[in-house]
Amino acid sequence: MTIEANSNDFRCYPLGDSAIVIQFADEISIPINQKIRAIGEFLDEYTFEGFVEYVPAFSSITIYYQPSLISFQELETMVQEMMEDLPEATTGSQSAAIEIPVVYGGEWGPDLEFVAQHNKLSIEEIIHIHSSTEYLVYMIGFAPGFPYLGGMDSRIATPRKETPTSSISAGSVGIAGMQTGVYPIETPGGWQIIGRTTIDLFDKESDTPVLLKAGDRIRFVPVEADILMEEIYGI
Amino acid sequence: MGFKVVKAGMLSTIQDLGRYGYQKSGIIVSGAMDKLALRIGNLLLGNEEDEAGLEITLIGPVLLFEEAHLIILTGADLSPSIDGAPLTMWRPVHIPKGSLLTFGKPASGCRAYLSVAGGFKIKPVLGSCATYLQAGIGGWEGRALKPGDRIPFKQAYKANGKFNWTPDLKLYPRLDKQTIGVIAGPEFSLFTKDSIAAFFSQEFSISKDNNRMGYRLDGAGIHQTKTEEMLSSAVTFGTIQVPQQGKPIILMADSQTTGGYPRIAQVITAALSILAQKQTGSLIKFELITLAEAQKQLQQQEKQIQQLKHTISLKYG
Repeated sequence: MTIEANSNDFRCYPLGDSAIVIQFADEISIPINQKIRAIGEFLDEYTFEGFVEYVPAFSSITIYYQPSLISFQELETMVQEMMEDLPEATTGSQSAAIEIPVVYGGEWGPDLEFVAQHNKLSIEEIIHIHSSTEYLVYMIGFAPGFPYLGGMDSRIATPRKETPTSSISAGSVGIAGMQTGVYPIETPGGWQIIGRTTIDLFDKESDTPVLLKAGDRIRFVPVEADILMEEIYGI
Repeated sequence: MGFKVVKAGMLSTIQDLGRYGYQKSGIIVSGAMDKLALRIGNLLLGNEEDEAGLEITLIGPVLLFEEAHLIILTGADLSPSIDGAPLTMWRPVHIPKGSLLTFGKPASGCRAYLSVAGGFKIKPVLGSCATYLQAGIGGWEGRALKPGDRIPFKQAYKANGKFNWTPDLKLYPRLDKQTIGVIAGPEFSLFTKDSIAAFFSQEFSISKDNNRMGYRLDGAGIHQTKTEEMLSSAVTFGTIQVPQQGKPIILMADSQTTGGYPRIAQVITAALSILAQKQTGSLIKFELITLAEAQKQLQQQEKQIQQLKHTISLKYG
């Protein structure tokens, strides 16, 4: 964490003619994340005419609106008022961390060895460090249910691959620079893949298809490969 | 009963006006690229304006109508015909049972919309029928149509409405228009003066790297005063972002929910339909306008749609 800026400082600007961005200091910090979560909770509770939806990010939250029903100026005034007596965020902080079972290494994590070599650590040490940290879901983006996590130990940081892999399987757990994350769907990507989770972060058959939301805390739990084999192949 | 897909065409997907409310979960909006064309088609048929239709891209499909129905084609002119006879666009047309709908050379635009009276029988996913190709949800089995698919109509065709009038369609823009209105993006000020000048003075060409997710543009490079890593933030349909190598990308209907490249500008909503009809090699030019002007143009467009709605409700009674 860097020196934390005041999470009460923000400015508003338009993103086109149908969205307003509430922007905090451009850094990854827990107080700013809490503020953004509080805004989301407030909007869940008190919607307004012309509201479409909101998208939280690391240091900003964007509100989409219908300009035929509310103008940018009206909305900006409303945001100022909302920010004056915004209650604190409630979700996430009290509840237990969500456990994500992971099979590390082997065919499920082909880049685990590289990550170990790069950081001059053993494979066991990488697994231990990766799975003994609690991570905060700062935001969801890039793909359905893809969590941007904060809190990874810098001892296992590894640069992205120079050439992205054309297809990374759903459930792959990877490291890119100082970040770690899980691919919810099959997609191309440049992350170093160290394992595979046995649970769905995105289940397209479900009415609530996405497992995680901004503000959740997660923990990776090492499991044996046979659990994954059972999950995937039914054996 | 409905139509049977004989040939699928280049990319034919079921789309409505989009899936809203799930972007915070990383689930994109998707929906029609040219929403105006889809909305007008639906209204002229007497449908709700957000009814799902078939988005047809450049090379159209071949569709066999297994029952008679009332349909309309709007958007790009991809030279449609019924059993070999040219089909008039922008007005409801009765299609007899057993007819073959085919397409020919693209005459103008890139994306045509086929709507049917009453709509298609499609199960909504998360409140929308829009096809989200990458995640495999929505539309017809979460994918583009393929030969052998049978897409059912929601209701049987009732030959009640007579359509012998010509609607005033001035609200649909000329597709050869090159100038695209934009307002300054959040990171506008991070770009060099020369790059800003180049951004608004040059003609950009839409590269072959263009699809429902976005268009990569060819032109003189656009650069920032200094390259800084920025934190991912919201992006949307019409966001123009510039990666370090300097070639802008306009995000389209299948835009990601968040992105990490600087956002130089945002295409105004009223200009998205024109943009959706561009194709590889099309030339475009950006014009900077104010937020107030952008919202005024959008309101004018919405007002015209309301007028059309009113006229139609009188005609259909």
